[in-house]
Amino acid sequence: MAQVPKFTKIQELIYELPIERVMKKGVIRVSPETTMTELKEVLRVNRISGVPVMEGERLAGVISIEDLIKALVEGDVEAPVRKRMTTRLITVRENESVVEAVKKFTQYKVGRLLVVDEQGRLTGILTGGDITRGLLGAISLDYHAEEISRYRAKHIFEDIVSDQTSLILRYKVDAKDFKKGGTASSKIKRALDRLGGVPEVIRRVAISAYEAEMNLIIHTDHGGELIAELQPEVIRIMAIDQGPGIPDVDQAMSPGFSTAPNWIRELGFGAGMGLMNIKKCADAMTLESTVGVGTRMEIVIYLHPESRQEQASEKQKDGEPS
Amino acid sequence: MTSLKEIIETLNLETVSSVSADGRSVMAGYASDLLSCAMKGAGKDYVWVTLQSHLNVVAVASLSNLAGVIITEGNRPDPETIGRADKEGVVLMVTPKATFTVVGELTRLGVRGEP
Repeated sequence: MAQVPKFTKIQELIYELPIERVMKKGVIRVSPETTMTELKEVLRVNRISGVPVMEGERLAGVISIEDLIKALVEGDVEAPVRKRMTTRLITVRENESVVEAVKKFTQYKVGRLLVVDEQGRLTGILTGGDITRGLLGAISLDYHAEEISRYRAKHIFEDIVSDQTSLILRYKVDAKDFKKGGTASSKIKRALDRLGGVPEVIRRVAISAYEAEMNLIIHTDHGGELIAELQPEVIRIMAIDQGPGIPDVDQAMSPGFSTAPNWIRELGFGAGMGLMNIKKCADAMTLESTVGVGTRMEIVIYLHPESRQEQASEKQKDGEPS
Repeated sequence: MTSLKEIIETLNLETVSSVSADGRSVMAGYASDLLSCAMKGAGKDYVWVTLQSHLNVVAVASLSNLAGVIITEGNRPDPETIGRADKEGVVLMVTPKATFTVVGELTRLGVRGEP
């Protein structure tokens, strides 16, 4: 199978972001006749380390702080910039992606690149620092977008008002289709993640949903349905099938009891722990089964630890055992 | 806390999924070939040692947010399993060593059964 290359967010952005989004605009420039002493003031006042040299609208060269230091050492500070500038111009186009700039920085080992438009006119200047700042800015924008979408998902139950709102996720699970095992439960888990569930609760939901899903795959004749009903306070997971049914539900519930054939056990299933796992993770679980008709399992998990306690104390008030 | 990278280097494991192990920390370890037991016994940032190598290993690892899975005794996941691991962000590692040996080496690196 072909390997899909993996990109980090940064790599993706380096390819996506155009140079004009990160470059410095309103470029400070000097003329070829500016003296090195004047240049020193331009660099100092603007706190920059280099400037393009422009002859009218034509780009003539670049002069940097390194050139200035050399001039100082040689006592050539009254020389015009023209004499000491670099005329090797390394340019990038403003509509190219940042990756092109990164390549040129590596290739030419320069501190800054001149950014030009389609007509070759100077529109900006780009340093390594500009790229870093641009990427950081873009990442935080992306991060905010993700935050907002999470926030919206989290508050869906507050936004949509009814007497009783619930979100129902239905998954069809095929018998003996081990390759798809865990797909439905992964999706339920992801939905809860999205809705801002508590990690400890999500873990219990994931384990119960997975075991219920695997039971449909391993034990049913024709598969079944895994349904997750999400309400603001509670998730109800139902696994429903049309047979063969469980002859002795109590026995099925005892740890280590399994009816899985050997080939399934060799895959690591059929430990006889599935229903136990569900029972441990669920706040309530019911299993009803009739041989020849089918099985219906219902798992209830409270999404907020506080609501579980409330529920328990209400039950006690009603005189029911909790 | 041991880094997954250190485990891969010290135990000389071969990573078969293209998910990067960089920056992953291993909180604890768990060993079993029964998937329900791994579901129960291994949690977030655990490393799971098993000789099972089929698709459902990835499902369990992803559902439990494991740090990675070490597949022992020279068993190799098929391309479909590896593809799923890449998609789900599961680090799959293989070794010819037996589970017992791997667990011993993990223990020596400071990985315990509980965080």
